[in-house]
This record gives sequence, structure tokens and C-alpha cells, in this order.
Amino acid sequence: MPLIFRRLAAIPPLVVLIASLAFFLVRVAPGGPFDRERKSASPEIERQLMQRYHLDEPLWQQYGRFLAGVFRGDLGPSLKYRNHSVTDIIAQGLPVSLTLGLLAFGFALGIGIPTGFCTAVWRGQWADWGISLLVLLAICVPGFVIGPVLVLVFGLKLGWFPVGLWGSPLHAVLPMVTLGLYFAGRIARLMREGMMQTLQSEFIQTARAKGLSELRVLLKHAFRPAVLPVLSYSGPMLADLLTGSFVVENIFQVPGIGVFLVNSSINRDYPMTIGLVMLYAILLLGLNMVVDFSYGLLDPRTKSSQ
Amino acid sequence: MNQDSPTPRAENTLEIARPLPVEGTSASPRTPNRQAWLRFRRNRPAALAGIFLALIIAATLLIPVISRFDSDHGSDIQFGPPGWQHWLGTDVHGRDLWVRTFSGARISLLVGSVGAGVSLLIGVLWGMVAGYLGGRLDSVMMRFVDVLYSMPGIVFVIVLITTLEGHLARLFEFISPRLGNSARMVFLFAGLGAVSWLTMARIVRGQVISLRNRPFVIASRALGADTRRILLHHILPNISGVVIVYLTLTIPSIILYESFLSYLGLGIRPPQASLGTLIAEGASQINSVRVYWWLLAGPGMLLASTLLALNFVGDGLRDALDPKGSGER
Repeated sequence: MPLIFRRLAAIPPLVVLIASLAFFLVRVAPGGPFDRERKSASPEIERQLMQRYHLDEPLWQQYGRFLAGVFRGDLGPSLKYRNHSVTDIIAQGLPVSLTLGLLAFGFALGIGIPTGFCTAVWRGQWADWGISLLVLLAICVPGFVIGPVLVLVFGLKLGWFPVGLWGSPLHAVLPMVTLGLYFAGRIARLMREGMMQTLQSEFIQTARAKGLSELRVLLKHAFRPAVLPVLSYSGPMLADLLTGSFVVENIFQVPGIGVFLVNSSINRDYPMTIGLVMLYAILLLGLNMVVDFSYGLLDPRTKSSQ
Repeated sequence: MNQDSPTPRAENTLEIARPLPVEGTSASPRTPNRQAWLRFRRNRPAALAGIFLALIIAATLLIPVISRFDSDHGSDIQFGPPGWQHWLGTDVHGRDLWVRTFSGARISLLVGSVGAGVSLLIGVLWGMVAGYLGGRLDSVMMRFVDVLYSMPGIVFVIVLITTLEGHLARLFEFISPRLGNSARMVFLFAGLGAVSWLTMARIVRGQVISLRNRPFVIASRALGADTRRILLHHILPNISGVVIVYLTLTIPSIILYESFLSYLGLGIRPPQASLGTLIAEGASQINSVRVYWWLLAGPGMLLASTLLALNFVGDGLRDALDPKGSGER
């Protein structure tokens, strides 16, 4: 399969390109990583810090240093948590974010696909309207509203689940729902749309004309092509989910990496931001490749065009 | 609000997708736009959502003006529950939430529509140029879009807001000191527009490529029309349907994005408030001792219902303008 290798080979240069773009982008912003400490530290100390992290060198020299580091797999120290390297911090938080992301992905698929399937089949009936309204609501209500409400109801009032932190499987439930609900809504809509289009095509009529039972028509013939839009959305969705969510990790005090992306950009922790941007890019490019190849498995018609 | 009666006559989307029966051939000419308008009106949820949206816009414009209370001025009633005096209660500074909610909705809608406008401008231009000129330029431009796609948008927004804010604030300060706060808003628009034009560019490019070699375009080229004229007079009108539909779906996502930024403390600055900042404020007051539910209820419901209405209108427009249904992405 030479195509797979060609696609794989295209990823590293793209990631380096994206990392370079991120490198210059974060440097454009005014202010520096040590602004917060300016009050307590003398200019002398700040100069020493700048020197220690090579921030006083000309930009192109820093860029060269950065590129050399990337090829060695060393992203440098975090400028905020100075005793830890960026790779350390990512390696520590990534398993948590991966677990939570995968759980939310499963939740989103598990809720979204059946919902979309059913609403398409019941199109125009009151059940369709009711459920579609709920689906839109799931898309429209931001996570920082759902999260506190879930905490209030299931954590504080009913006491079913812990309100925060990470550890036992029970800890994962509320964050998973908060994170996955929006994506479940998106998937339900994609699935509904795909299903509606598929149900209008001719091979469905043929299948019905052959006298197959309606259930068989829906599950065996309509489902597979209808799920394709969901498949192509799951690449970017997984990349989003796996790199963690600021809102969810903040509300539930989950020690993932989602908080770092936002905080490092605000604090000008350059190496941290670039490292997380690279992680996101690698995940997105890799997952999109997987999606493209699994397209051929689900829909043989697309194979020839690849 | 959209309890469509399940009568057998139900005008579901499938029915709408078919060409309308000709009723009275002498009636007004059935231009595609008119047909689309008719289809939109017959789509009951979408039409209702459109009316609802118009009402909300009117309310956001009127209520802060005619109300007895001012959205920024506090009173002694801290965390007052909803009642006759304050319909939606009061917040931590004793400000009336009814007024604050609607003036917040005005800012949210403003941010949403201007941000979507910026994304429309960039996305349509980018997609049209790439799609029409094609060749090497096209592949360079679209690779650029791909690269931006694989970066988390939030990093862009934060960098853009922090970079340009200082400059713009100084500029506004120079023109008129009172405009200092508007600088941030302007940059929110630009920042949010700048991260959300990518999908628009892809959609437009695809459409333009399918139009590029149609006879009417070739004819106009043969008649000596230059590229600008072809793009503006022949291509643009033909893609406007798709663009409008996608625009109505961009506005809600930008409103949501703004509320996320406000949650981070990067959005609208106090004393001004958007629905997002109001909700973030309310969410931060949730604790096990006392529940000030009205802090969340009003803004949350208005945000959700506005976004719902926008989504319904967008879906209705899509069904009306593009009866075959092109789906998301």
C-alpha cells in the first residue's frame, strides 16, 4: 500500500510547518513569559531569566534552536513551570485527556448515532420534533453551563457522583457527559441528514421492492452509507476531544492538558503552546488519514477514486 | 414552539423538496428566489423561528431603552430573586437582570453577525479566487487553509486579541477616550471572523469550481469580461444561496465562541456584558449553600432560544434554497 506511506510521509513536514507557523505566531504577541513576575523580580533577574531560556537571542537563532530541538524530540522547558519540560507535562496530562476524550467520544457516538437514526426514520412525527429540539439544545447550551448544572444536580443535590478530581471511574461520568453532549448533538444531526439522503436513493426503493422487512432495509442497506458523514466528522472531533477541553478540565479539576493550551497562550509560555499545537496537528492529520482510509472500507465506491 | 401538528398533509422536507405544483399559471413569475421564499414560508418551524428572531432583535433594541432600570447601575438589592420589581432578579451588584440580559443579547448578536460578516468576506473572497483561478495558486491557497485547519483556533484568537488590542486601544483613545472599550469588541469581531472563515472558503471554492466552466461563464469570458466582473456579476449571485445558509449557521457558532472567550475572561469587558459573560458570572455563583438560579436562567434561556431560532432559520433556508440538501461539510 504505497498510498498509506505517501500519506504518512507527508505528515512530518506538515507538522514542522505548523510548528514553525505557531512559533512565529506566538512571538508576534506583545509581552513576555515573565511579565507576571516583574513586580517581585528586579530587571536584573528578568535579564538572567531571558538569558537562561535564550529569549535574548535574535529570533532566527531561537528558531534554529527550536527546530533542532524538535528533531531531537525535545520541546524545551516550560517557561511557567520551569522545573518541568514540555514533553514531561504533556506526558503527564495526556493519558487523562486521552481517557476522558475517548470516553466522551464513545458517549457521543453511542447517543448521537441512534438518535440521528431514529429521528430520520420518524421524520415529521412529534417524536422527531421533540428529540430534534433536544439535540439542538445539546448543541446550543455551552459546556460551562451544562457542567455546573450537572455538578449541582448530580453531585451536590443527589450525591450520585463526585463533583471533581480524577481517579475512580465514577469521577469520569460528569466530565464525560459535559464534554460529549455537544458532540452527541452534532453527530445526531449529521446522522439524521445522512439517513434522510440515503432513504431517498434508489437502492433503498429497490431493497423495499424486493420485499425486505423495513428493519432490514434500514439497518442493512441504509445505515452504512448514512454513517459516512459521521465518519468524516469523527476525525476532527476526536482530535478536539483527545487534546482536552479547558472548560471541562477547569470545572471538574481534571488534571489533563486542555487547561494548558489556553493558559500557556495567555501566559506566553511559548514552548508549551507550540508543543500542544504540534500535538493537536499530529492527532488531526493522523486521524484524518485513518478516516480517509476507513472510508474505502465502509463505502467501496470511493475506493477507486483514491 | 414547533409542535407541528402531525396531520397527514404534513409538509415535511421530502414534500418540499419536490417542485411546487403550478397553481394558477398566470401568477407572478416563478423565479428561483421566489420559489425558495415560498418553500421557506411553508416550512413552519423555520418561519416561526424567523418571526421569533425578529422579535428578539426588536426586544434587544427596545428594552434597554424603555426600561426603568439601567443595565450598568446597581442598587442595594443584592441577589434579589425575580419579582414584580425586577422580573429576572438582580445580580451581585443589584443590577436588574432583565435589562442586562437583553442588552447582553444585543452585544452577543452584534458580535455574532459582525464576526460572521468578517468570516464571510474573507472566506468568500479566498474561496472564489482559489476556485476560479485554479492551478498552482489554488493548491497553494487551499494548502494554507489546510494548515490553518490543523491548528487549534483558540491560540489564534488569543494571540490576535492580545497583539492588536493594545494598538487599537491607543488608536481609539486618540480619537475619543470614550471608545476605549469598543477596541476590544472590534478585535473580538476580527479575531472570531479570522478563525471561522476556513469552512466557508472550502464550501465557496467547491461551488465556484462547479460553476467555472458553465456556458454562461464561458460566454461572458468570450465577450471580454474581466475576471473581476465575472466573479462579482456571474459567480457571486450563483453561490449566494449556499453562502447565506452557511452564514446563518456561522452566527450561532460565533456567539458560542464569544461566550467561551468571555468565560476565559478574554471576551467582552465589564461593565458591558454579553450573554456569555452573564452566564459565566451565573455559573461561577453555583455552590451548595445557596442557589441563585435566576442568574443563569434568564441569560441561558435567551441564549439557547436565540441559537435554536438561528439554527432553525438556517436549516429552513438550506431546505428552501438547496432542495436537494447538501448536508454539513
